[in-house]
Amino acid sequence: MPYVWLLALFLIPFAVVFKISLSDIALAIPPYTPTAKDGIWNMLTGLDFENFVFLTEDDLYWKAYLSSLQIAFFSTFLTLCVGYPMAYAMARAPEQWRPTLLMLVILPFWTSFLIRVYAWVGILSGEGFLNQFLLWLGVISTPLTILNTNTAVYIGIVYTYLPFMILPIYSALDRMDGSLIEAAEDLGCSRLKAFWLVTVPLSKNGIIAGCFLVFIPALGEFVIPSLLGGSGTLMIGKVLFEEFFSNRDWPVASAVAVILLLILIVPIVLFQRNEQRQAEAEK
Amino acid sequence: MRLSPFNVVSLTLGFVFLYLPMLILVIYSFNASKLVTVWAGFSTKWYGELLANDAFLDAAWVTLQVAVFSSTLATVLGTMAAYVLVRGGRFFGRTLFSGMIYAPLVMPEVITGLSLLLLFIGIGMDRGVLTIVLAHTTFSMCFVSVVVSSRLMTFDQSLEEAALDLGASPFEAFRLVTLPIIAPAVISGWLLAFTLSLDDLVIASFTSGPSATTLPMKIWSSVRLGVSPEINALSTLLIGLVTVGVIAASIASKQSALRAKRDEQAAARAQ
Repeated sequence: MPYVWLLALFLIPFAVVFKISLSDIALAIPPYTPTAKDGIWNMLTGLDFENFVFLTEDDLYWKAYLSSLQIAFFSTFLTLCVGYPMAYAMARAPEQWRPTLLMLVILPFWTSFLIRVYAWVGILSGEGFLNQFLLWLGVISTPLTILNTNTAVYIGIVYTYLPFMILPIYSALDRMDGSLIEAAEDLGCSRLKAFWLVTVPLSKNGIIAGCFLVFIPALGEFVIPSLLGGSGTLMIGKVLFEEFFSNRDWPVASAVAVILLLILIVPIVLFQRNEQRQAEAEK
Repeated sequence: MRLSPFNVVSLTLGFVFLYLPMLILVIYSFNASKLVTVWAGFSTKWYGELLANDAFLDAAWVTLQVAVFSSTLATVLGTMAAYVLVRGGRFFGRTLFSGMIYAPLVMPEVITGLSLLLLFIGIGMDRGVLTIVLAHTTFSMCFVSVVVSSRLMTFDQSLEEAALDLGASPFEAFRLVTLPIIAPAVISGWLLAFTLSLDDLVIASFTSGPSATTLPMKIWSSVRLGVSPEINALSTLLIGLVTVGVIAASIASKQSALRAKRDEQAAARAQ
């Protein structure tokens, strides 16, 4: 009886789900497998290795991959710098405030991503809010150019992905036993030392999860560099999109996607390992 | 516990950082001037112009249709997938399957969009509302399944077994016992899928045809030209809707938690 149940309730939906999920993944992979169906095979013949050779010869793509990695890396670090103190403060906040604080962090996540990035265009532009404010304060005498530079891209990524960083760190810190810190302090640690030696290692899993959740999507980001970045901002998501829609070079766009996917496999697998280990540790 | 000054400062600055941009957007949507940076008095004229703009209304309608269909489909498929992952035990291809569920969560949208588009072209499907629905279902299904499976994991399996012992068919046991218990997670999964679909620009741009334009695509094409007060007005409307929705949902879940607690106490007293 349980066998029949399992077969009926898992095999059929599994087949449906499998088909849907596999179809997009199989297509992102170049036709290494000649077993692919005729239709798919024909469609992908444009994607032979010439495109990959082309990618390695044109240094635009190298630069785009490298600068994407660099931007994603630094913005993940910045997000951690902003997010950790917030998550820490939330976990230390009085019990009755926490649900409200948590909701305040989650709320922007439900708000349109596009709109949140767009909000910065008005703030960072030459005669935008930030420049007007700084001029009024007298900090600067001429407006700063922030929009259409990499700085704006950093701000945009930190801003939009901040909740992804805060939530895992908060949940790690929230589970932590406060008496551990007291014990460390009783044993003669200074507050800062207790923080470094006890709190940070205990929230390690949250930090790792948060960093991956920011780094991976930031690497392929398209909306932020196109809206906030300038023509000098090279990010691979933007290159792919433009290759596809402006240059209409679909095979090259596909090749760009495949390489991006290959770069991403490492962090994605690491992330999944981390999640699994955590799930097993909780059991 | 008392907050140290450092914590108060970091929370305040953090929330200012998160909310000030949106606040500025909302304030400037009531600006009478066409120039977005100069304040020229209070006015709601941009809302009027927005509502008179057929292109925006059409796009909003398409977006709403796509979101309703794709989130419903994604909820059904995602719940099934979660059920299989949590209850299925070890079966052939399980690692692959769970990998496929988690990968789209972090996959850059450009890749998902491109691969789906190539698939639709490969099987000769006309691109339009249907293809956007299929694409959105595929990626939001994974989010639903993650939300539902975390609920399924904490759920007492003996309840299901009891139902089966008492003569329920497996399907009945699922419908009458499992489903009501995981319902909150299923509903929040649906909401998540719905907002993801409303919000998506990249995947929709890849998979839509000339016949279908969604609201984010419409916003995108006007935003590229710079800041416009009409978009500010539209953004304000959307932010308002989401805020009301999230607050209403959180109040509803708080009340149902309170009710569950009361029921539990009543049951404990009755024993």
